[in-house]
Amino acid sequence: MATIHVDGQSYQVDGADNLLHACLSLGLDIPYFCWHPAMSSVGACRQCAVKKFKDADDTRGALVMSCMVSATDDTRIAIDDDEAREFRASVIEWLMIPHPHDCPVCEEGGHCHLQDMTVMTGHDRRRYRFRKRTHRNQYLGPFIAHEMNRCITCYRCVRFYNDYAGGTDLGAFGANDNIYFGRYREGTLESEFSGNLTEVCPTGVFTDQTHSDHYTRKWDMQFAPSICHQCAVGCNISPGERYGDIRRIENRYHGEVNRYFLCDRGRFGYGYTNRDDRPRQPEWRGASDDHSVVMSVDGALDRGSDALRDAFRVIGIGSPRASLESNHQLMALVGEDNFSTGIAATEQACLERMDELTRTCGLPTPTLREVEHHDAVLVLGEDLIQSAARLGLSVRRAVLGRREVLATERGVAPWNAEAVKTLAQDGRFPLFIAYPRNTGLASLASASPKCAPDDIARLGFAIAHAIDPAAPAVTGLDESTQRQAECIAAALLAANKPLVISGGSLGSTAILDATGNVARALARRAKPGGLVLVRREANSTGLGLMGGQPLEWALEELTSNRADAVVILENDLYQRLPAEEVDYGLRQARAIVVLDHQRTRTVARAHLVLPAASFAEGDGTLVSLEGRAQRFFQVFEPTYIRPETNIHESWRWLHALRAGLMRQKVTEISLDEVTDACAGAHPVLAGIVAAAPRADFRIAGNRLAREPHRYSGRTSMRAHLNVNEPRSPQDPDTFLSFSMEGYNGYERPGPQVPFAWAPGWNSPQAWNKFTDEVGGHLRAGDPGVRLLHPRAGVYQYANNIPAPFQVRPGEWQLAVMPRLFGGEETSSRAAPIAERAAPSFVTVSAADAGQLGASEGDWLTIAWSPHSCLLPLQIDPALPSGLVCVPAGVDAALVTGKTVTLSVADAGQISSHNPPDTPPDNPPGNNDRPGPEPEVRP
Amino acid sequence: MKWLFTGTLSLLRTLWIVFLHSFRKRETVNYPEQAVELPPRYRGRIILTRDPDGEERCVACNLCAVACPVDCISLQKGEQEDGRWYPEFFRINFSRCIYCGMCEEACPTSAIQLTPDFEMSEYNRQELVYEKEDLLINGPGKDHDYHFYKVAGLAIAGKDKGRALNEQDPIDVKTLLP
Repeated sequence: MATIHVDGQSYQVDGADNLLHACLSLGLDIPYFCWHPAMSSVGACRQCAVKKFKDADDTRGALVMSCMVSATDDTRIAIDDDEAREFRASVIEWLMIPHPHDCPVCEEGGHCHLQDMTVMTGHDRRRYRFRKRTHRNQYLGPFIAHEMNRCITCYRCVRFYNDYAGGTDLGAFGANDNIYFGRYREGTLESEFSGNLTEVCPTGVFTDQTHSDHYTRKWDMQFAPSICHQCAVGCNISPGERYGDIRRIENRYHGEVNRYFLCDRGRFGYGYTNRDDRPRQPEWRGASDDHSVVMSVDGALDRGSDALRDAFRVIGIGSPRASLESNHQLMALVGEDNFSTGIAATEQACLERMDELTRTCGLPTPTLREVEHHDAVLVLGEDLIQSAARLGLSVRRAVLGRREVLATERGVAPWNAEAVKTLAQDGRFPLFIAYPRNTGLASLASASPKCAPDDIARLGFAIAHAIDPAAPAVTGLDESTQRQAECIAAALLAANKPLVISGGSLGSTAILDATGNVARALARRAKPGGLVLVRREANSTGLGLMGGQPLEWALEELTSNRADAVVILENDLYQRLPAEEVDYGLRQARAIVVLDHQRTRTVARAHLVLPAASFAEGDGTLVSLEGRAQRFFQVFEPTYIRPETNIHESWRWLHALRAGLMRQKVTEISLDEVTDACAGAHPVLAGIVAAAPRADFRIAGNRLAREPHRYSGRTSMRAHLNVNEPRSPQDPDTFLSFSMEGYNGYERPGPQVPFAWAPGWNSPQAWNKFTDEVGGHLRAGDPGVRLLHPRAGVYQYANNIPAPFQVRPGEWQLAVMPRLFGGEETSSRAAPIAERAAPSFVTVSAADAGQLGASEGDWLTIAWSPHSCLLPLQIDPALPSGLVCVPAGVDAALVTGKTVTLSVADAGQISSHNPPDTPPDNPPGNNDRPGPEPEVRP
Repeated sequence: MKWLFTGTLSLLRTLWIVFLHSFRKRETVNYPEQAVELPPRYRGRIILTRDPDGEERCVACNLCAVACPVDCISLQKGEQEDGRWYPEFFRINFSRCIYCGMCEEACPTSAIQLTPDFEMSEYNRQELVYEKEDLLINGPGKDHDYHFYKVAGLAIAGKDKGRALNEQDPIDVKTLLP
């Protein structure tokens, strides 16, 4: 600790920080631009000038840039000093010289750091009488809009994009007063984290293009604390709603999980909640081929409960993209013996193995923030950038963490970003990635062996054996692999905190067992490391803890007539199993009740469709891959703007169905009741009750406001429907209000913050006011509860080492590659994600392509009895022979590990085939295109 | 005694002044038989104006809506083919409006203006909800000259980068010339 004196007041600060960081942490306002809490200081913008005095007798002082000066003990500075204030105002004035007169038509306006800083410094009149320099803009893809005239040359964009996120295609061009930030030539930004530019950029150079299409100022949106549903990482988000549509997703700071950054799938994949073709009212269809009729709520519930009552056995199919509460209510409706998780058997086997490993392997699961502090990383069978992008970014930070270690050794302050970067050059902590193809982190990896899933597992087992000789040895390992395993083991052992990462992407329990062995070996060698296991969907971990039968079992019960009715919860079965298997199972069911918020193929098969709430309209709890139970809250009440809608949370529908089934009166049920019931029924989930405050939580007697206090149009937004305004919607489930009335400040820290705003701080930089220190934790504690803890005990090494992968002539082993854009069910229904998704290819090695006589771009038929699928060929020289890769989301019948045959398609096949990326059936009036859906012919 | 004298005198004086007023010019207007002359800056019915070229002035910046103390303005930003921002809808609930003129003060493009028309009574309150077609007029209103896009740095069709007020031609970052 150090004592600093600011404007005559003494404060205790961390002496390792710079002055700007220290002052902002104290709640003192110093304007700044180029400094960012996650990217430290470069001293480029000269905005954070303060006056520094030599000692108590010095009255003259000298101007220093506070971001570039250490907060050493007995530092004396003045923020509120005439000269410093004048200097800061002149800096803003210079920066504003070429700033275009376009705030009214700028999408940053209202949450603009430049606006905030201009007001803070008091600059309000333009004195410069000469001409402004201008720039041309670039097209940067479907996510990011570019308006270069607004640039103030703070360099934050390239520092984030290149240094922090590892992008290569955004750079600074030009010199002196004509610096240009853009790509070498127009085109889509390649980084998976490009969306963060919209928050990193202090002005409106990079703005959210998806938001632009239905733009609303920040003050006009209704926010709620929410959790991203697009993968299992569990990033905290702050979705904003206006006029009944989600308008944008902003990062919601969480000190242990996502902190300042999100991936692009999470940020731009919200479009599915706004689709016009969403079911918004209950629909009844007598027979599968009938047209559906819209029903009232009561009518639908009567029909539904009658149909379920007539059945002799009802199967419930849950979903890893639905909340714990909804899954629990389904289990309560159908009974534990009739509940299926709705996850395919291979994936569920992996999930169960991951749960077991998390608890028994002896290494704890780190949070994303902790991941950044590991000093050797081994990734087995995961392409983190594609399967859990935000985790991939944290791993990148971990590997680059060596820079700060080197800097500290040489007495360079770790916050001195450019010095640290120059000093460390290519200094990195070791990262090893075993995966069939090159991964997004390959450029950082010390070694990235490309092998088939079974060989990855063998490599893992060999590493474990090299770490701890008590672990089973792998027989028949070739010499180079053996050497590689020893080298990786040595690197892991040399580290202070090794991290092991694996997951279910390749659907191989052998890889997970190997990972478990490595983790156990490290634990036995008393290494304080970590283990992260990547799950696929938002609530995969939670559903794994809840348990249930796999999806195949549910369909088997239906086909073998052991059940005749099925309730399907927010799950498109056609995304999980081959279409004819699902068709066959559902054909046997006499009653199919589907609850979903998307019009999926499964919804089209339902007799009764109940419109479920997405994360935008409902509350619930999810468990992220680190085992953190986090609550997401309803963003808006859909009936307020669209009174005809009957969207309710699935748990509410299921509760009503259950009451109808038992011929009871339908009673009200609240979120807290259903959360309690879920926690009570599943001891492992008992902690979820504490994941968020209950509905009666108040701050100073107030609910927390979902709307900023400047929210406009309250008496007019609904006036076209009826000039008499209804009471604002009431929220019995949560402590939030659908109103601007309520607490939205930062002085009394709330445990859940719907949106960040503080007086004078409208931009996302306002988060600094909500944290205990800049970049630290939320002052009321980071939300969520960890459910998975390692158990002490005797660890058994797994011994099921697979045989090495054998290339068989004429046959290929299929590997389905997860992909960030287009590889996830709901987000690929959002137009910008569908546009960003790369075209689907079938990938084989160069040797295999030569053997097939095919060249890049030729159409290949992938055949496996009784299916076939057509995709264009992509050659990957790094891919091992005998493997064929297809991206996820092409066809559910393609499963990793399946043996397929390949052949070059003839002209007739190609002409009768619709290209996978232009779906033929685009429903009219639908602004969001569905994702690619290639033709599959039995 | 003195108070009685001054009191009576004051009373008589007042009566006399009141009596004199009956010979003065009348301040009351016989509305509605007689039209009301209001100053041009009177704050009455709100309109949306067009710029001198006849294009909609409103750029849907939402500042009027946020300035409105009774929250009776709502609108949605849209974008024309040529890159101009415009309100997809613009609604004022005049049954809530208090004619304070804060929207006009906030407007950066002189689009929203108050006019000296107050004759807006309706039998049905719903009729007081004005949509954009009810608000938009065919002229520039009180501000005859202001043309936002000629000043602002945003390029629109027909006005390239560098063509706004006080702007240089766009920089070619790839040139090697100083």
